[in-house]
Amino acid sequence: MEDFKRIVLLSGHYGSGKTNIAVNLAMKLREEHERVAIADVDIVNPYFRTSDSRGELEHAGVRVICSAYAGSNVDVPALPQDVYAITDDRSLRAVIDVGGDDRGALALGRWRDAIVDEDDYEMLLVVNRFRPLTRDVPSTLEVMREIEFAANMRFTAIVNNSNLGVETTPEDVLHSMDYARALCEATGLPLRFTSAEERLIPALEGRIENLFPLKLQPKIQ
Amino acid sequence: MKGNEAIAEAAIQAGCRHYFGYPITPQTEVAAYMAKRMPKIGGCFLQAESEIAAINMVYGVASAGKRVMTSSSSPGISLKGEGISYMAGANLPALVVNVQRGGPGLGGIQPSQSDYNQATRGGAHGDFHLLVLAPASVQEMADLTMLGFDLADKYRMTAMILADGTMGQMMEPVEIHPREIPECDKSWALTGTKMQRERNIINSLSMDPYDLERMNLERYERYAAVERDEVRYESYRMDDAEICVVAFGIAARVAKNAINEARKQGVKVGLIRPITLWPFPKAPLKAAAETCKSFITVELNMGQMVDDVRLATECKRPIITCNRTGGVIPSAAEVYNAIMNAQKGGQAE
Repeated sequence: MEDFKRIVLLSGHYGSGKTNIAVNLAMKLREEHERVAIADVDIVNPYFRTSDSRGELEHAGVRVICSAYAGSNVDVPALPQDVYAITDDRSLRAVIDVGGDDRGALALGRWRDAIVDEDDYEMLLVVNRFRPLTRDVPSTLEVMREIEFAANMRFTAIVNNSNLGVETTPEDVLHSMDYARALCEATGLPLRFTSAEERLIPALEGRIENLFPLKLQPKIQ
Repeated sequence: MKGNEAIAEAAIQAGCRHYFGYPITPQTEVAAYMAKRMPKIGGCFLQAESEIAAINMVYGVASAGKRVMTSSSSPGISLKGEGISYMAGANLPALVVNVQRGGPGLGGIQPSQSDYNQATRGGAHGDFHLLVLAPASVQEMADLTMLGFDLADKYRMTAMILADGTMGQMMEPVEIHPREIPECDKSWALTGTKMQRERNIINSLSMDPYDLERMNLERYERYAAVERDEVRYESYRMDDAEICVVAFGIAARVAKNAINEARKQGVKVGLIRPITLWPFPKAPLKAAAETCKSFITVELNMGQMVDDVRLATECKRPIITCNRTGGVIPSAAEVYNAIMNAQKGGQAE
């Protein structure tokens, strides 16, 4: 898989798996880079946050940047001040986990100019074709354009994270490839990678290019 | 699909084209989904200025004989209480969704079942009931939403989905099958006389006490039919059970795990899971009181459904309660310990 830019932004429809991919991507980047941070700038969802995996991340040496309120049950949209460390310190590798949909992407506005001016970033659209509001290419395009408009930034690639949770079969992932390719064609964007739970990887290896295994799974508290 | 999305999509599949709501965690995805979908299918989504406004918009659409829904979470449901009572008085079918959070007051945003008493006792002033359905999976969020619309129309009463934050937020695969909407006489609806019939009146006000009593008696005849024909529950490993666990919603899922562990230890334990909380499954519990030596209730509240279990079992057997509150979910280990306590002949705490 091609090397990642200094900043990787993950955005998409809520529930598409952004946070799960962000956490796994940060862990992978840490294997290759000394200084890696993950920032949770979700202002939409009070549940299922990066901080749920804080223990694993910090143990691996990944700096976790998230609002003091994230996962605290205090249901207020708050942004962490330390996100500026990512745009200020260019020796840092960073994954930014953006909140769902256009409302979540709105928060990016705060750092947008710094990220675009430096021009060492990629912005990935995470999609799951089994989510009801991104069930086909037209509905996914709609969500994508709303996010781009709110963020005032363009996506650079697609991440296919199509899954049915614990019931996902290798065939489900394989069948989702037509959707992912059609989406790439409609947008002119490359398919950055296809992510799948680690248990599915042996059955998929050799059949899908650029597979990304998800070792850490969301925690159910 | 998320549980909240399953409710919204199922409502649309059930012919609901009108949704009025006001955001509150943990049910906001219902409104968000409706906001996206309704304009595309010629439906109406409206974010009202308050929960009170939303329920009165529901009153309006229900009066016109159309399928209509609102959703909220615990504090918001209390605000809707007045409207819900008015709809009972006016015999209006609609679906109200309560994705419960911890209370009382503003409480918290974690899951709870602490609105059980409110829901099963009507939820507001006056002599009335809601038809209360308690899903225990995302699939049931969809299935019971569809059923709720059908039953509301059939009995001309308001139905409620009593879910909790877990059910609303969790994701599971769901199959929603397009279906025929049962035919239902709505000749009472306000659709305009077109000078062809007498006008219909939808009202909950009656100044004549005898008239009001007659209306209440007629309503309770319908409630009797609901209690006779619409009780739904799941019986799990009850065939030879000596201990009966009673739990609904997320608590029933936890209880099943504990029951399966206890079964491995040779404990004869089963589960009765009420799916309709009103009407409450009294008959199977009464029957279980004949064969089981003790009962365990598992609830995400201080013990509310346990009173209905006591009534159904006529206090014949001891009941051990296993409750967590404030947004805490009882663990399978806690339920397992309660089962082992019952097995040893432990008494209610």
